[in-house]
Amino acid sequence: MMGHVPLSWFLMLSAVLFSLGVAGFIFRRNIITMFMSIELILNAVNLTFITFAYQRQQVAGHLLAFFVMVVAAAEAAVGLAIILTVFKNRETLNIDDLDSMKN
Amino acid sequence: MQLWLIPILPLAGFLINGLFGRRFSKGLVNAFAIGSVVLAFLWVLKTLFGLGGLTAAYTEHYFTWIQSGALSVGCDFSVDRLTAVMLLVVTGIGSLIHIYAIGYMAHEGGYYRFFAYLNLFMFFMLTLVLAANYLVLFVGWEGVGLCSYLLIGFYFDKKIATDAGNKAFIVNRIGDFGFSLAMFLIFRQFGSFDFAHVFAQAPAAPVGLLTLIGILLMFGACGKSAQIPLYVWLPDAMAGPTPVSALIHAATMVTAGVYMTARSWVIYTHAPIAMDVIAYIGIATAFVAATIGLAQNDIKKVFAYSTVSQLGYMFVGVGCGAFSAGIYHLMTHAFFKALLFLGAGAVIHSLSGEQDMRQMGGLRAKIPWTFGVMLCASLAIAGFPFTSGFFSKDAILLAADHRAPWLYWVGVFTAGMTAFYVFRAFFMTFFGKYRGKEHPHESPPVMLIPLVILAGLSLVGGYLFKIPDFLRPVFPAVEAPEAFGPMAVASAAGLLGIALAYLMYVYRPGIPDSIASGAKGLYTLVYNKYFVDEIYDAAVVKPLVGGSRVVLWKGFDAGLIDGTVNGIGARAKGIGGVLRLAQSGNTRSYATWIAFGGVLVIFGMAAMIVLGGLR
Repeated sequence: MMGHVPLSWFLMLSAVLFSLGVAGFIFRRNIITMFMSIELILNAVNLTFITFAYQRQQVAGHLLAFFVMVVAAAEAAVGLAIILTVFKNRETLNIDDLDSMKN
Repeated sequence: MQLWLIPILPLAGFLINGLFGRRFSKGLVNAFAIGSVVLAFLWVLKTLFGLGGLTAAYTEHYFTWIQSGALSVGCDFSVDRLTAVMLLVVTGIGSLIHIYAIGYMAHEGGYYRFFAYLNLFMFFMLTLVLAANYLVLFVGWEGVGLCSYLLIGFYFDKKIATDAGNKAFIVNRIGDFGFSLAMFLIFRQFGSFDFAHVFAQAPAAPVGLLTLIGILLMFGACGKSAQIPLYVWLPDAMAGPTPVSALIHAATMVTAGVYMTARSWVIYTHAPIAMDVIAYIGIATAFVAATIGLAQNDIKKVFAYSTVSQLGYMFVGVGCGAFSAGIYHLMTHAFFKALLFLGAGAVIHSLSGEQDMRQMGGLRAKIPWTFGVMLCASLAIAGFPFTSGFFSKDAILLAADHRAPWLYWVGVFTAGMTAFYVFRAFFMTFFGKYRGKEHPHESPPVMLIPLVILAGLSLVGGYLFKIPDFLRPVFPAVEAPEAFGPMAVASAAGLLGIALAYLMYVYRPGIPDSIASGAKGLYTLVYNKYFVDEIYDAAVVKPLVGGSRVVLWKGFDAGLIDGTVNGIGARAKGIGGVLRLAQSGNTRSYATWIAFGGVLVIFGMAAMIVLGGLR
């Protein structure tokens, strides 16, 4: 089935997803949304890995994809915990209000 | 023969008193301090009796101290007749002065500290004397300098005392620089520091090098033995307690330079120019110091300049090739100058610390014992016939006469001045009317007994111990014949000086003032010690301090080093101030920067691919 779809489409889709993720991360102010944008970026990268793994018939790409998934799961756990704590303390999820590191 | 026991005993005394003396009673401190020195003296006697005639040097090797390439330095002690004389003088006079100090220091603070330093001094002095090579000698040489510094500054709460200690240490350091250079040259030429080795090879060495070594060694001796141009520290060193002045700055340490030059006689006999320099420096010092002594009013200052002057005599003896005469005078000088200082200490002690002779006078009847011993010492230093100073000074003057008549005549004139200023001090102290306010009291027996023993030695010591005969196996024969004429002239000069002092300070007390006002310029010059301290201050100390301040401190340290460090700091701060603006704390701006960076990297790589650099 894959054989009917050119390789560049997959890469294109991956690039689109990645750009959407970056744009979402930069332009959205809600932490949850930004968090989801990160997941989008990670999955875009995963897609690239898988694509090249398929093309070259090598297992290393699959391996890295699994790594990214594991890390993303851990990151999601920690990240959501942080977001919860931040919300408890600040009662806001606007990233621009969370700039106490400045000065 | 266990030579090592001689210096180790005082070292043990130092360690015990230095570590635990604070908790000891005075009696216990005395027991360790004086006991160790007296035991050392007895051990010296036993050793010397055991060694018999001592016509050749007896050496003991303990361990190899430094072994490095061609350099091999052993911790060796050696005794020959020269060492025997020094050992007896150092431990004998040292014991007497230690005993005297019990009485003198009885009311002073830091009692145990004083005796600990004194014992440490004995250790280093005995090491210096016993050393069988230049490096071990140098250890003792530096050690006595350290103890001298510690004891001059014994009253460390007085600025004048600590300044004097610093001055002594620094001036000595200048001399030691010469000594070190001489040792480098000795090692370079002879490949060893051992006296036996060096002196066996010295005759074959080039004369120019020997002259250089001799002059550098003499420069070291000039520092330690207070000769021109480095004599300035000794008069100031009188800020220390009087037993210290007697032991270190009259009897023993300051004679180390004479001992060292006499020890190196082989080098000097093969370097006639160096010997001439020693003789000239000696006679100049003897003369200049004597003239300064004429006008001093502090009793210890008079004797301090007298010490400088007498050391000059010893240098004349050594410089004229009469090494044994120099050592002879070293010994008799140890007797009578220790006595003069201890007697002066007894006077000062009886007047509760008064040192100005103008506040004394008429003490003859009040402290008769002190008066008696001071008379003995003054006669001895004035060279009164058949006292100890008479024999040794004549031996030196005869050698000087043989060498060059003008040396002899300057020496005779200086002998006359010596007699004059010593008896001036004597008459000002003991004759006339009492001018002070304190009530004088005689010193306790513990102080008087050493004084009486020293008085006996001052009178008959020169006759009892014929050092030139004793040292005949050590030094080359002195050619100077016994001559009655020069001897009589020298004695006459001494008697004339005494008579003049009697005339001016007892018979007609008005004369000194009229002379002082008559020759005002000369008197001011002499009274202010030729302004040598001021000249040194202006010529050396001020430029050095000023140069250090302007160039080294303000220029190099504050300007260059601090400037570099602070400059780097300021640049880092400036750059950081700019970069700081990027740290906004705003997460989205960071993200933008990251994205921007990523884009840059991609464009960079794309550019490289396009340009064909990267595949």
